Amino acid sequence: MPNPVKRRTGFSVIRLRAARITNNRTFQAAVSLMQIDCDVHPGLEGTRTTLLPYLDDHWKEQVVSRAIDGLDLQSYPPAMPLCCRPDWRPKKGKPGSDFEQFKAQALDGFGSSLAICNVLYGAQAVHDPYMALGFCRAINDWIAAEWLSRDPRLRASMVIPLQAPDLAIEEIERLASDHRFVSILVLAQGEDLLGRRQYWPIYKVAEQHKLPLAIHAGSQYRTAPGSIGWPSYRFEYYLAEAQAFQAQLLSLVLEGVFGKFPNLKVVLMESGVSWLPAFMWRANKTWKGVRVEVPWVDRPPADIMRDHVRLTAQPFDSPPDRNGVEQLIDQIGSDKMLLFATDYPHWQFDGKEPMPPHIPASLAKRMCAENPLDTFPRLQTKG
Amino acid sequence: MTDVLDRTDEHATPQKDGRSRLKIIDCDIHPSLHSRDDLNAFLPKRWQEHLKTFGSHIRNPFTSTTPYPRSAPLISRRDAWPPTGGPPGSDLAFMQKQHLDPFDVEFGLLQVLDLGICSQVNLEFGAALQYAINEWQVEFFSKPDPRLKASIIVGQDDSVAAVAEIERCAALGRHAQVNISPRANEPLGRRKYWPIYAAAEAAGLPLGIHVGGYGGHAPTGSGWPSFYNEEHHSNAQTVAAQLSSLVIEGVPERFPKLKFVFIEGGFGWVPAITWRMDQHFERFRSEVPHLKRRPSEYVHEHFWFTTQPSEEPDNARHLRSVIEWIGIDRLLFSSDYPHWDFDDPRFAFKTPLTDAERRQLFNTNARAVYNFD
Repeated sequence: MPNPVKRRTGFSVIRLRAARITNNRTFQAAVSLMQIDCDVHPGLEGTRTTLLPYLDDHWKEQVVSRAIDGLDLQSYPPAMPLCCRPDWRPKKGKPGSDFEQFKAQALDGFGSSLAICNVLYGAQAVHDPYMALGFCRAINDWIAAEWLSRDPRLRASMVIPLQAPDLAIEEIERLASDHRFVSILVLAQGEDLLGRRQYWPIYKVAEQHKLPLAIHAGSQYRTAPGSIGWPSYRFEYYLAEAQAFQAQLLSLVLEGVFGKFPNLKVVLMESGVSWLPAFMWRANKTWKGVRVEVPWVDRPPADIMRDHVRLTAQPFDSPPDRNGVEQLIDQIGSDKMLLFATDYPHWQFDGKEPMPPHIPASLAKRMCAENPLDTFPRLQTKG
Repeated sequence: MTDVLDRTDEHATPQKDGRSRLKIIDCDIHPSLHSRDDLNAFLPKRWQEHLKTFGSHIRNPFTSTTPYPRSAPLISRRDAWPPTGGPPGSDLAFMQKQHLDPFDVEFGLLQVLDLGICSQVNLEFGAALQYAINEWQVEFFSKPDPRLKASIIVGQDDSVAAVAEIERCAALGRHAQVNISPRANEPLGRRKYWPIYAAAEAAGLPLGIHVGGYGGHAPTGSGWPSFYNEEHHSNAQTVAAQLSSLVIEGVPERFPKLKFVFIEGGFGWVPAITWRMDQHFERFRSEVPHLKRRPSEYVHEHFWFTTQPSEEPDNARHLRSVIEWIGIDRLLFSSDYPHWDFDDPRFAFKTPLTDAERRQLFNTNARAVYNFD
């Protein structure tokens, strides 16, 4: 496996495009030098601090007069160990909020050529759809101005007010011409399952603008994290994200979203990976039994998932040994589904190697560049 | 449909190659009431009237069917309707002829789903029903056919009534396990359910958790899905979450002799949730200091999984890996007779198993868990 630490080339997209034009071999060589981190998290201090300059006059007045602040997601309390690796915790402020430290650790530290910023802040979880739009706009404008503009290696997912699909579309279209936004970010646990028809207009626009739907761990806290109700420990809530992702994937496939939008891709971020094969088997088996219910799903769900679904590889939740990991990779049955990610600053691994242990070298290589470039087509255009 | 209905006993006979036949312990057989009047002998007049006038009340939009229409009438195999009338599972003679005899079922564990005992919102009514059902299983099935082992089904959300019923039944010694629902009002690891675990442990009975029930929570973290296809699959997500709840709340730590059996959740999901618990344990350890060992150690010592619906990967080698990851000693064969997604013991495991492994999976594991010797 190539050691990512040695690949601190900061390989630019301009050179990549030039290489593609020159010839395919040069392009492949250029790709092989890249390492694209598909999930990093800049920290956001608050609405009355970080976001204030980016809010419109109405929301500026509102957040100050009503003290609307502290919207850190319940899924990610900043002081919780998972939310920041100890050696990445800034001296002051929230995890990931210090730009210079972020740059030194997340970009230079791992030698990533590109990194996709996913802001986890509560705009997606507020109940007022207009407030959600106001905060999403501010977050998107803030990340563009203060992060993307300060380092050419940075890209971002745009956050949208899923609470009101028409307003979500408005926000997507407002930003669509800025190709530094490479995907659309939503939370794994929301008001309704993502396959449902009220969200389809969003997918139409996403497909049109070559924006994959990135579903990130996290909850709007509308319903319990699953059928068993509200657990006692944050440990359980984090584990339950995996089941929440499964439900979303099943919904997207069975409602027929990928039949309707054949070019749409979905990226599961921070979902864990090792649950995937058994989940796909069961999806296939149940579909075989009751496919009469979803006649538009005209091939096995696992085939559809292999074509349309991608997963970031931190955390991986690996089997304990090499043999187990190799079997699991064999069971996944596709070398296109996994994407390299550090999940910086979340504490998923120690040391310098973000690639989960025992991933075969050829797959690791694909995960770093080819797969992300294929998944996020906008990465191939100039930022 | 006709070819299925016309299937004869001869076609259902397993292993005609002359090898000595393996007797099966089937850990999931569903008996049904022939009619609700069958309960009258065990149900006080007041609750008979209540059932007739106010009906069964569970968190389901409909009074007389499931929230998600199933793939077949009464979720059942189309050939499982008894010729004598009544729903599938209600006629013992037909169950014997169609299932118990041809498959050499040595023991069968009864799992009653009728009337959603564990999910009744009127807890007093639920308690009356659980008594009636626990008696009915014995009188209508276990006594006439001692191969069939009744379960003490109790509504987990009234733990006082549940404990009393467990103690009553355990004293009579006619039941093989205690049953509760994985869709309860709260996660099963919560302390409000611990008196039930204490009673089961004291009685020396395994705790069976059969999928289903209506605890009032949506099947997913994002609400209600559209299709039965999703609802059916959500059972696997439910049992994975309950396994986490029981382990992380420290139930095996507190009740070290208690055995848990997850029923009808399948088993493919078990390795991944176990790895995931271990993977994140260090990060959350300070939140759960009551856990003395890694989560996987509790899973490997205290939990068993019935096999249906058995996993069917395209590649037989993959099924083999999963069985090895879980440990074949944790798996208990179940058919789910007479339901539509029944696993036929001849075809359920599409991967080679040695004779010794088959003996474990089809018989000796369950024999040990349920103390059948």
